[in-house]
Amino acid sequence: MSAATTETLDAKRNPMWSSGYGHDAIATKTLGFWLYMLSDAMMFTALFVAYTVLGHTFNAAGGPWATAVAHPGTAFKETVWLFSSVLAYGFAMIALKKGSRSGVMLGIAAALVIALGFLAVDAHEVMTLFRMGATPERSGFLSAFFTLVFYHGLHVVVGIAWMLVMLVQVAAAGLTEKVVYRLLNLRLFWHFQAVMWVFMFTFLYLRGAIV
Amino acid sequence: MLVHIDGPWSPLLGRLALSEIPYTNPILVGTFIFASLLAVVLVGLVSYLGLWRTLWRDWLTSVDHKKIGIMYILIGLVMLFRGFIDAVMMRTQQALAVGPHSPGYLNSLHGYLTPYHFGQIYTAHGTIMILFAATPLLVGIMNILVPLQIGARDMAYPYLNAVSLWLTAAGAALVMASLFVGNFAHAGWFGIVPVMELPYSPGVGVDYWMWAFQLSSIGTTLGGINLLATIVKMRAPGMTWGRLPIFTWASLSANLISLTTFPVLSVTLALLALDRYVGTHFYTAGLGGNLMLYNDLFWIWGHPEVYFVILPAFGMISEIIPTFSEKPLFGYLGMVLASLGIAGVSWGVWLHHFFTMAAAPAVNAFFSITTMAVGIPTGVKVFNWAFTMFRGRLRFELPMMWAVAALFFLLVGGLTGMMNAFATNDYMVHNSVFVVAHFHMMLLLIVYAIFGGVNYWFPKVFGFRLEQRFGKWFFWLFTAGTATVFIPMFALGFMGMTRRLDYVPFPQWGPFLDAEVVGIAIYVLSAVFLVAQLYVSFRDRAANRAGLDAWETSRSLEWMTHSPVPFYNFAVTPQVHARDERAWRVEHGVDGLRPERYEDIHMPRNTAVPLWLGALSFGLAFGLVWRIWWLVEVCSAAILALIVIRSFDHDTDYTIPAKDVERMERAIRDVPSGRRVSGDLPDGVPALREGL
Repeated sequence: MSAATTETLDAKRNPMWSSGYGHDAIATKTLGFWLYMLSDAMMFTALFVAYTVLGHTFNAAGGPWATAVAHPGTAFKETVWLFSSVLAYGFAMIALKKGSRSGVMLGIAAALVIALGFLAVDAHEVMTLFRMGATPERSGFLSAFFTLVFYHGLHVVVGIAWMLVMLVQVAAAGLTEKVVYRLLNLRLFWHFQAVMWVFMFTFLYLRGAIV
Repeated sequence: MLVHIDGPWSPLLGRLALSEIPYTNPILVGTFIFASLLAVVLVGLVSYLGLWRTLWRDWLTSVDHKKIGIMYILIGLVMLFRGFIDAVMMRTQQALAVGPHSPGYLNSLHGYLTPYHFGQIYTAHGTIMILFAATPLLVGIMNILVPLQIGARDMAYPYLNAVSLWLTAAGAALVMASLFVGNFAHAGWFGIVPVMELPYSPGVGVDYWMWAFQLSSIGTTLGGINLLATIVKMRAPGMTWGRLPIFTWASLSANLISLTTFPVLSVTLALLALDRYVGTHFYTAGLGGNLMLYNDLFWIWGHPEVYFVILPAFGMISEIIPTFSEKPLFGYLGMVLASLGIAGVSWGVWLHHFFTMAAAPAVNAFFSITTMAVGIPTGVKVFNWAFTMFRGRLRFELPMMWAVAALFFLLVGGLTGMMNAFATNDYMVHNSVFVVAHFHMMLLLIVYAIFGGVNYWFPKVFGFRLEQRFGKWFFWLFTAGTATVFIPMFALGFMGMTRRLDYVPFPQWGPFLDAEVVGIAIYVLSAVFLVAQLYVSFRDRAANRAGLDAWETSRSLEWMTHSPVPFYNFAVTPQVHARDERAWRVEHGVDGLRPERYEDIHMPRNTAVPLWLGALSFGLAFGLVWRIWWLVEVCSAAILALIVIRSFDHDTDYTIPAKDVERMERAIRDVPSGRRVSGDLPDGVPALREGL
């Protein structure tokens, strides 16, 4: 028998049933969200893999190549917008620690508005590329490029929608357990998409400008 | 943006038209009549017994992990039946269509299935058996057992659990719908590129395949998150990692795989969807697409998926063998490390599915070696089971028979797998039925473990044991069928027969194919005995009542609560002292102790939202298949709206006061196992009703 089974315990004196035992609801939900992010990171990974595999000049099939579609300057502007939004959300979290409902709402509203700014720049950039004939249907390379851009953009849109919902919930319900764990998960999500943007900036825009 | 599709399209019905209903095919018409009759009988039965309310309140809207598990298993069994019928059709077609002089029926040149129809059948067989039979059966069993084994009241996210179930159900329904509306993919269950691309498969078959796969993939990813969080966060006090039951360890390893690889599948299929709907060039043959990108991405999921289904099977075997050897499991730590090792190595072997793509020798050598490395942890497991049985008091009851038989299949399947792992050897047998026979051995090992597990835990869930006489008939006939089908298949593989032949050109293969048909007939006969076993068990349930511990020598935590398990699992959360807590308590004579006092229990409330989400996902996928854009828009909007509305629902839980818990506990009489009791179980199966 193994050690864990034979461990000498006085069975008569040991409690057989636990009492007053409960699970930490917020910690459990947060762990689940970390696990979700792991799965989403795998999705980004698969997309980056597709982008790498389709990242040879012959995958451009004679169409626009990376140097023509990757504009690090614009991407830097987008980075500033995005990171400012993350910073604003961080202020909302500081307000949450202090228990300030209005502070939380102010921070989220600011993050939301700044994220809209990012989306505007992003959309403008994509439209510019479309007008010059660089569309996802043009080549395998551009398919992979735009799919990554849109997949990240989808995260920003989802984040904005989530912030809208949270604004209503904070206003209506206050900082209840459910609202707090959602705010914490949204913080994770918002950082997560920003981290993914760092990879996009590096591999799509910086590397794209020099290959 | 959208790709132009040739052929009729209307805003209301999309590509759907009356001509898409295959009413001219007698096989499908017969199937439709059979399915309709079955539906009429079921609806009639539920109405006659007045069970609609129960069905809705206690099952369809339930978030109870045990009921969700049972529903998963029911989906798995229905789809197992469907996949089995596909197998019967393939075997009979191949036996009939041998040689140029073989007769043809039903508009077919040889045999009775046209090549296009045959292509759909082998695609459906693979897709169904992997995604909609094996996976739901195992996920269902994990759903039922993991919370019980760790002493939790439910999963970490009961609501999400129901969502996973109904997404899987929607995927299965989509596969079934393709029988009667339109057609299914004919490009193989893993999708052969570029055949799946729009120019080569302009019909809806591939779309059905793709969206059914996608729904199941999302459902399984969410299920994986849920099970992992449950195991990490919901363990009872004292349940340290070193005391975790071995099946739970296996589930943990399996779900690490599902969490990391199903997202890759989702992306793979989403990129295919983009190719087919938006006109991108990921896997196309021209304009910079890359065919091998699909194969790589698919098998980066596909091979770990194999281990995702086999690890819970190993876990079940590891629980059954100690119980019927009356000994603790040999080499617990080795078993845990082997499970995690298999999960780890699963990410590094995918390329062995296409050694013949002619990668550089170093690439093939690398994947050859990693594939062979899988044999090490698997070997550790086999020896651990053998040493568990060594000098044990062996009892060959039904679960043990299934578990031990599974070991033989593991040997045959595993050793032929090692043969395939040699890239040089794989060049000879690639795409032959030798490979098909090999992976069927592995999947049958899973089926054996599932039947063993179902026999083993059935009394825990339903309160009575399955009858053993018909069960043993079923076991032996099923085993005879397996041998008669697959031994000739190995031989045919060596003779050079390739997969997926709708016409067999060499008459000398005929006798082997006839033998396989005999095997399939034995399988059909065995299914009769399975039904008989279930019927007799249900009829004689009072004689087969099970107590707490149905097998008298069980070891882990789930055997410490009532059989059937009350909806709150444990009245009071147990304190865990040992790895085999049940065995430890019996050993120390404290297994009969009831809790001194009861406490309030916090439970999740039932909700219909997951069911609606499943139905809307089905609508969304159906709309996408037929390109009915208004349906897609309505369903997407409704899904989003439901998710947001649900987030405003603050009344999602309720509390059962301690005195009610005590009253319910006192109402349950635990009978000693195997003794005939007067009277039936109250209300059949009391634990499956809320609130007793």
